[in-house]
Order: sequence, then C-alpha cells, then structure tokens
Amino acid sequence: MATIPSRPAIAAAGLRKSFGDQVVLDGIDLEVPEGTVFALLGPNGAGKTTTVHILSTLIGADGGQVRVAGHDVARDPDAVRAAIGVTGQLTAVDNLLTGEENLLVMADLRHLGRREGRRRAAELLEQFDLTEAAQRTVATWSGGMRRRLDLAMGLIGDPRVVFLDEPTTGLDPRSRRTMWQIIRDLVAGGVTVFLTTQYLEEADELADRIALLDHGRLVAEGTPDELKRRIPGGHIRLQFGYPDGLEAATRVLGEAVRDDEALTLQVPSDGGVKSIRALLDRLEDASIEVGGLSIHTPDLDDVFLTLTGQPDKEKEPAQ
Amino acid sequence: MSTLSYAVADSATMLRRQLRHMQRYLSMTLMLIGMPIVFLLLFVYVFGGTLGAGLGPAGGRSEYLEFVTPGVLLIAVASGAIGTAISVAMDMTEGIVARFKTMAIFRPSVLTGHVLGSMIQTMLSLAVVMAVALLIGFRPNATPVEWVAAAGVLAMITFALTWLCVAFGLVAKTVEAASNLPQPLVFLPFLGSGFVPTDSMPTGLRWFAEYQPFTPVIDTVRGLLLGTAIGNSAVIAVAWCVGIALVGYLWARRLYNRDPVR
Repeated sequence: MATIPSRPAIAAAGLRKSFGDQVVLDGIDLEVPEGTVFALLGPNGAGKTTTVHILSTLIGADGGQVRVAGHDVARDPDAVRAAIGVTGQLTAVDNLLTGEENLLVMADLRHLGRREGRRRAAELLEQFDLTEAAQRTVATWSGGMRRRLDLAMGLIGDPRVVFLDEPTTGLDPRSRRTMWQIIRDLVAGGVTVFLTTQYLEEADELADRIALLDHGRLVAEGTPDELKRRIPGGHIRLQFGYPDGLEAATRVLGEAVRDDEALTLQVPSDGGVKSIRALLDRLEDASIEVGGLSIHTPDLDDVFLTLTGQPDKEKEPAQ
Repeated sequence: MSTLSYAVADSATMLRRQLRHMQRYLSMTLMLIGMPIVFLLLFVYVFGGTLGAGLGPAGGRSEYLEFVTPGVLLIAVASGAIGTAISVAMDMTEGIVARFKTMAIFRPSVLTGHVLGSMIQTMLSLAVVMAVALLIGFRPNATPVEWVAAAGVLAMITFALTWLCVAFGLVAKTVEAASNLPQPLVFLPFLGSGFVPTDSMPTGLRWFAEYQPFTPVIDTVRGLLLGTAIGNSAVIAVAWCVGIALVGYLWARRLYNRDPVR
C-alpha cells in the first residue's frame, strides 16, 4: 500500500501461550499502526482474551516478542502500563463506590493530582453521559452504564493505546451504538484501539484492519473489504412464482445457484443497496417478475467456514 | 515520582478505597465489631458466674470479666481478620484487580490497602470492645506505658493475622470459601488461655492450648493490663507474630503475582 509507514502502536511476533498442555496461542504475529482500530475476531475460546491479557501486561507470554507503545511488555511492563488503557471482558468497576469515586481512584492511581483528577473525572462523566448517576453507587447502575464507566476508567490517564475486550458483548443495541460512537471519537483523537469481538458487523463498522483468530492461530488478516472478498457466503435469494420466471432469470443472471423445486435463485452479492438495485434493474429490463427477495450477508460462520477450511456439518454443500 | 513515593501514594489511594468499602458495606463492619461484644456479654453474664467460681475461692462474675476480656479482644482480632479474607476475595472475583494490574502503580498496593484498612477497622473494633468491657466493670490497673504496650501487642497480632487472611482471601476461589477458611481462628482463643485457665484442661488439649500462638498473646495482654505474670510469653508472642506475618505476607505475595487463570 502507498500509505506512509508509521510507527506501530502494537507489534507482536511469534506470540505463544499455553495453559498446562493446552496451547492457547500458537505463534501470533500482529502489527497495529498508530491511530488505527484493529479488531481481533474469533469465536469463544479462540484466544482473543489471552491475547489482550498478554498485550496489556496482565500475564506473560511463553514465547515471542511484544512491543506496545514502543516498549517491550516483558522487559518494561510499567512503561507499557503507563501508555495503555484496558477495558476487560469482566466489567472492572468497584460496585461499592459511586461512579465519580471510581474515576477519582483511577485518577489518583494515574497520579494526576487532585485538581486535574477532578476535572478529568467530571469531563469523562459528561462525555459518557453519566453525570446524572455519578453520585450513586455503581451497584445500582444498569449494565450499559457500568460498561461505559468501565471504558471511562480506562481512559482517565489519556492512554495512547486502548484495549477493549468484547466491549459490546451483552449490551442492548442502543448501548452498542453508543459504544461504537465512543470508539470512533477516541480514534479521531489519535488513539490506537485494539478490540476483540465475536461480531463481524462490529469489526466491519469500526476496524481499519481485522484479524481472524481460530484455535490460537491467525487464519486471515486484512481490511474489512479484503476479507469480505474472500468470503463467498453473501448472496441474494430470489423467489419466483413460476418456473418460467426462474428459467428466464437464470439466463439473464448467469452465475447463480438454482433450486427448481423451491423456485429460488441464489445470486452472489455483497448485499449492498447499489448491487441489489443493479440486480433488480437487470431483471426489470428483461421483464422478469420476482416474487420475493431476501438478503443473506456473510456472518462469522461463513468467515470461519471459508477461512478455516472446516467442512460444514449442518448444511449441505451448496455447489 | 520515585518508587517509594508511588508506594506511599498508591497504598494511600487503596486505603481510602478500603475505608469507603467499610462505610458502604456497613452490615459486615457492624457484624465484625458486634460478634466479640456478643461473646463478651454472653460469657460474662450467662456463663460468668459459674466460670468465675472456677477461677479460685475468691472468684465470681467480676473476676471472670477480668479474666475473659483479653480473650475477647483476641476474638475481635480474629473476627476482623475474617473480614479481611472476605473483602480480599470479593475484590479478586471482580475484574477491578485485573485492571489495577495493568496500571503503572505500586503493584502490592492493592494488598497493602487491604492490610492498612483492616488494621484500622480492627483497632477501632478493639477500642469498642474495650469500652464495653470498661462500661460493665472491667478495671485494669495498667500504667499508660502498659496500655500502649498492650495496644502494640494487639496491633502486632492483628497485622500478622491480617496478612495471613489476605493470603486466605487470595487462595479461596469464592467469597464463601474465603469466609470459611479463617473460621478456626475465632476458635483458637477458646482452645487457649482466653476463656479458662489452660491447667483446667485435659492433658492433650492443655498441651495444644499452651503451645498455640494465641495463648502467649493473651497472656501478654492480660499481664500488661492486669499485672499477672507474663514470663517469657511476650517473647514467644512476638516470635509467633513475626512468623505468621512473614508466612502470610510471602504466601499472599506469591498468590497475588501468579498469572490469573483464564
């Protein structure tokens, strides 16, 4: 690519970790440029959390080299810690303290000083829409509010690199959108974000680059578009009223999977409005009447089926 | 800032957090202080007449109050230590400790905060128990120096048991387990010189009672407050406290620094 190479905010080479005789990470290489969002995508148990734990100095790696914000995590963990903010999968707030007190403890531990700590805490409460609840103990808060506080606590020292381990898991759709906006704002401010997620949609929305983790190995890495091109799962399903329509459409559209019994045609597509409109225009031009239409976008299953090369046991192969 | 000033600043932050917890979790704080008071009143007013008579020809309820107060003080210490184990375990089951571990702070401050907080809580609890004892007729004949020395001995055993219970709190997988593990500590004053003289016990038990750590501490406190013979109890008490504190500290440090299980 023709972009100017910037210093990587996170660089890992040959990262390995085992728990007992169970290999969790089996040689991971990562590079995350400064000021970008990197999404680590994978199912439960793929090793996402372990990766975050190692990158954020919570646990040590068995092998490999990791540099975060320019510092080696094994040799200089405190320098790394001073530059990062972490929001783990377990909500890491103190339920017996109020929202404001939680932030003030963090400010004290970042050694911000009393005045600056109060200022920053108030600012974050405002930014995350928590000012109203700030004086109540966190135990009385909703899950979405706690999650936002959790994130705010990780940001109080203005970290350069932010780790978010499944930041939206368990959130309702509205809170999820709020969280996405918060992440976008962070990146706009020049922060590097490393996030893990189980949702392809989330990685697609936020990430500059996505890596797919499966059984402790990276099975694919690239921009969302690069990855999607490698996933054939997306298609549009056309339903016809008569065999004639199906016949005619097959002739017009060419490359498609045809089902004579159900009178359907599956046309590969990215599911975008443009391509659907183009498809319908072609059918319109040929005067073919379509009974119904459904869009199937690639999901994590498709990604994994394709990129891990594992046979699908539930569905029959389409081709 | 230097490492030392970080250590002080971060421990102070964690201590403030602990003190807030005690305010917010008032029911536990009150239970920990209330238990020894219930024991004191129970043993003085229910059992005290009979047990006091066993202390000697001149014995009675008020003599038993004198005898039992140092034992009840140790119950207060043990009860406070159980509180430490519970609050440490509660902390560990939350994600917040993982967060602390990914911050550039004085790493043991999470634990030192707990220890300092528990020390303050237990010393307060001891003051309340002593106040109740004085109120119902406990009359020590200690000089100011002896009072300070007695407080020092109690602070020492509190410090030792608190570190031990920090380790208990860390090793326990659940909060329930953390509250059960240190329970035997509350019974140790009973199996020592706390509630009856050890020479009234059968041989095997007496042997245990005389050599377990609480007995020399109780005997020292009793001697300082009431002028009974201390002998070499003070030295043995100090040795036990140093030993328990060291074991508790090293064990807790090891448990705290191990990798969290996924």
